[in-house]
Amino acid sequence: MALYSEIVMDHFTHPRNVGVIEDADGVGQVGNAKCGDIMKIYLKIEKDIIVDVKFETFGCGSAIASSSMATEMIKGKPISEALQLTNKAVAEALDGLPAHKLHCSVLAEEAIKSALKDYYDRNGIAYDKSQFPDCDNCVHCHG
Amino acid sequence: MQVYADNAATTKISSHALQAMMPCFEKFYGNPSSLHTAGQEAKEVLEDARARVAACLGCEPREIIFTSGGSEADNQAIISAAYYGARKGKKHIISTAFEHHAVLHTLNRLEKEGFEVTLLDVKNGHNVTAEQVRDAIREDTCLVTCMYANNEIGSVLPVAQIGTVCKAAGVPFHTDAVQAAGHLHIDVKAQNIDLLSLSGHKFHGPKGVGALYVRRGFPLTNVIEGGAQERGKRAGTENLPAICGMAAALEDACAHMEENNAKVTAMRDRLIEGLSKIPHCALNGDPVNRLPGNVSFCFEGIEGEALLLLLDMKGICASSGSACTSGSLDPSHVLLAIGRVHDVAHGSLRLSLSHCNTDEEVDHILAEVPQVVQTLRDMSPVWRDLQKGEREYIL
Ligand SMILES: Cc1ncc(COP(=O)(O)O)c(C=O)c1O
Repeated sequence: MALYSEIVMDHFTHPRNVGVIEDADGVGQVGNAKCGDIMKIYLKIEKDIIVDVKFETFGCGSAIASSSMATEMIKGKPISEALQLTNKAVAEALDGLPAHKLHCSVLAEEAIKSALKDYYDRNGIAYDKSQFPDCDNCVHCHG
Repeated sequence: MQVYADNAATTKISSHALQAMMPCFEKFYGNPSSLHTAGQEAKEVLEDARARVAACLGCEPREIIFTSGGSEADNQAIISAAYYGARKGKKHIISTAFEHHAVLHTLNRLEKEGFEVTLLDVKNGHNVTAEQVRDAIREDTCLVTCMYANNEIGSVLPVAQIGTVCKAAGVPFHTDAVQAAGHLHIDVKAQNIDLLSLSGHKFHGPKGVGALYVRRGFPLTNVIEGGAQERGKRAGTENLPAICGMAAALEDACAHMEENNAKVTAMRDRLIEGLSKIPHCALNGDPVNRLPGNVSFCFEGIEGEALLLLLDMKGICASSGSACTSGSLDPSHVLLAIGRVHDVAHGSLRLSLSHCNTDEEVDHILAEVPQVVQTLRDMSPVWRDLQKGEREYIL
């Protein structure tokens, strides 16, 4: 049996939305190099809709696949919907991840939330802080 | 093109070894402990294999104990020397920070039993010295255990010099020669080795079989209790097919060592030279005293598991010491021991060659690795920060 599902391998080898948005409206980065994974998400937002999204990831196959899938899941969606995206939904959309790789999907969720938080902060929009994880203290890494 | 470049993990069994195994299934299937003819024939085959292994190491046949592999041999050697020392009130053990887990985890267990362990650091970033061993030896040191060659980074330790130091101090010396046997010349007497572990599957023999050389008179402690096989020191009906396959493979490897090493070293050096051209990378391990087949690099800005998956898709089987490949949070203890910080230790690649590899395969690796590294760097935020000067290069 292969380590990863076909969907994971597809997103890993043909990642969607890789790159940078130079004039992004929100940017979020989570993880650190010491732990072996960093995800960075760039958002372009118009009238509360995520009109474009790009990512860069330093990490293993499932980290790259999780970023790719998560960006696909929020592209073209309203912010309110993107905020509802859970790591579980990302993992399910990937047809599952091995148990020790589930933190990659957590990282994807946190990266998106962090980018949305940045968008709110930049635009002085009030928000419920409890909706956003403290990403300086990511659960998966105690490095 | 399919390229198997993970020979430090395990090797393809040679037809020579396979042929040596077959009669043990078909003809010599008796139990060597049985009194009847079938048993006694099997016993003869077993003793013949023992003599062949002994000849390759420069010891007597009675100094060889067959085990289930390198791990068991390491466990038994270390536990035996520790318990022997403890009986004389000596409970200090010296080893190195970059040993295999078969050694390190056994030492952890002994620490819980009250032994004190000194792990020599890999100061210059690639090897330990006999002087370090000499300086660490104390009145109560009961064992020095230093590997012959490192499985991840390929450094070959100064085993003969360490042997001399140990002999002068009267301290037993064990070496984990799992990566060296069949690849480097071993003479346990000339090198003053008291205990040595080897494993069949690292030199084109079968898996699940190994040997422990024990200098005559050194008291062994059983790790596996039961019947009186292996002179009562290792219970269990002997795995005769595997033992014969290992003996044949070791003999073959030792007989062709020079020509194999000339071929493998040339391929290794071509890979090292070619991959060194990738920007911001570094060779791991001793550049001079190095296993013939080992190529180990760290590449900045990328992660090793992703690298392995992409290489696999190009037909290249390799290995990495990244956390993601080990299933733990930390990258390999070997890379950390040689001073690689986490950030770059995650981006490691080990290619390990054997005489079965070809120049065309080396060309294929040299064509694919730089591209795959670039593909991953192109999507890495770390690499972007490095390129923009927002993060400092480590390599
Ligand atoms: C240096 C070293 N020691 C010990 C072992 C364990 O050998 P085995 O797999 O035969 O138990 C290995 C193999 O992985 C090794 O490379």
